[in-house]
Amino acid sequence: MAFRSLVVRSATLCRRAMATEVSSNTFPLTFGSPNKSIHDGSHVKQVDIPSTTGHFGILPNHVPTIAALLPGVVSIQTEAGDVQKFFVSSGTAQIHPDSTVMIQAEEICDLGDIDVNAARSGLEAAQSKLASASSEVDKAAAQIEVDVYQSMVASV
Amino acid sequence: AVVSTQSGHYGRGGMATLKDIEMRLKSVKNMKKITSSMKMVSAAKFARAERALKPARAYGTGAASLYEKNDFDTSGKDSVLLALSSDRGLCGGIHSNVGKMVKAAHAETPITKAIIVGDKAKAILVKVIGDTFLSCFNNVGKKPTSFTDALDIAEEVLSHDYDTINIVYSKFKNIVSYNTEEKPVPSLESVESNAAIYVYDEVDSEVLRCYQEFTLANIIYHSMKECEASEQSSRMSAMENATKNAGEKIDALTLQYNRTRQAVITRELIEIISGASALE
Repeated sequence: MAFRSLVVRSATLCRRAMATEVSSNTFPLTFGSPNKSIHDGSHVKQVDIPSTTGHFGILPNHVPTIAALLPGVVSIQTEAGDVQKFFVSSGTAQIHPDSTVMIQAEEICDLGDIDVNAARSGLEAAQSKLASASSEVDKAAAQIEVDVYQSMVASV
Repeated sequence: AVVSTQSGHYGRGGMATLKDIEMRLKSVKNMKKITSSMKMVSAAKFARAERALKPARAYGTGAASLYEKNDFDTSGKDSVLLALSSDRGLCGGIHSNVGKMVKAAHAETPITKAIIVGDKAKAILVKVIGDTFLSCFNNVGKKPTSFTDALDIAEEVLSHDYDTINIVYSKFKNIVSYNTEEKPVPSLESVESNAAIYVYDEVDSEVLRCYQEFTLANIIYHSMKECEASEQSSRMSAMENATKNAGEKIDALTLQYNRTRQAVITRELIEIISGASALE
């Protein structure tokens, strides 16, 4: 009788241990732009983001931080296992102490939707704009354009 | 002799003639057509606004999550009020509720700086806090808000010094109701001076400033999208009520018109008959 209850108890403990293992494998991600929401709290396994402090990957229980995004590719590995890739223009990301991750991007574009030739011609136009820019504001704006197009061309 | 009120068709005693009732009927019927089409237009705009609100909400709550999860000081003395409304009326109590909330807040702690979005709120508040206006935005409400609009407003807010920003806006609840709310947003100094921020690893002040500025625009964008959905749904129900009232008025006027017409016919018959019998 006592032996049986011991077996049952250890089985429940095993199940509970496995349950926490599964849930600590993923973390809730909120990723979107002002007019498009890609993930709203859905659980994912890993997110790679291009930030000003370098391109880094986020796994569950990552140290909390706040990051500013550079133009580049955000890569998400969902709970199901498939990988989603998006090009973002810029934005911010927050990793909270409770392991939730929030990413706000100004513009999000599916990587498959980018036309390489259009991106290359855009890059050339932006580079000539940078060369001919006069004021500081124009130069900065043109530099941002060049950065985004360069990153876009590099990502496809 | 007592003058019958029904025989006012000759225009005696200031009572309604058949022509008067006819004109009133025509104008109320026109009004009903207008309010009915306004209702349909705002129903279409509302559907679009509600659809746009969904990603905007996820985006805005995500952006503000740092403030939600940590208690930053928003009781600063040097606060800027940002009142969100629009240029167009006929939307029920949307603009007056924003005005009421601002006036109540002003009575509690006098407002020293205000940025007003929308001509309606400006008209309501100019008498109360007109001397505190830093700037006003209009051309709001004709087209759906874009993120660029929110960026312009955020840029204007950030060009001033402040401890807190208080955003007064209409938060969308459901198709029949909204809540007018006040949302405080802490300033960069308030966030930097709070020990809670050091939980976040390796955050240099440049990144934090980036985050603050971008998040302000995001929060403003989210609030404007809430206002849009609230306003269109409120206008929809206001126009529906107006159409219903116009319909009831048309029924009442039609009855009065028919009664008056029958009275005119009866009176003319009586005159003919009594005229004829007088000749006999």
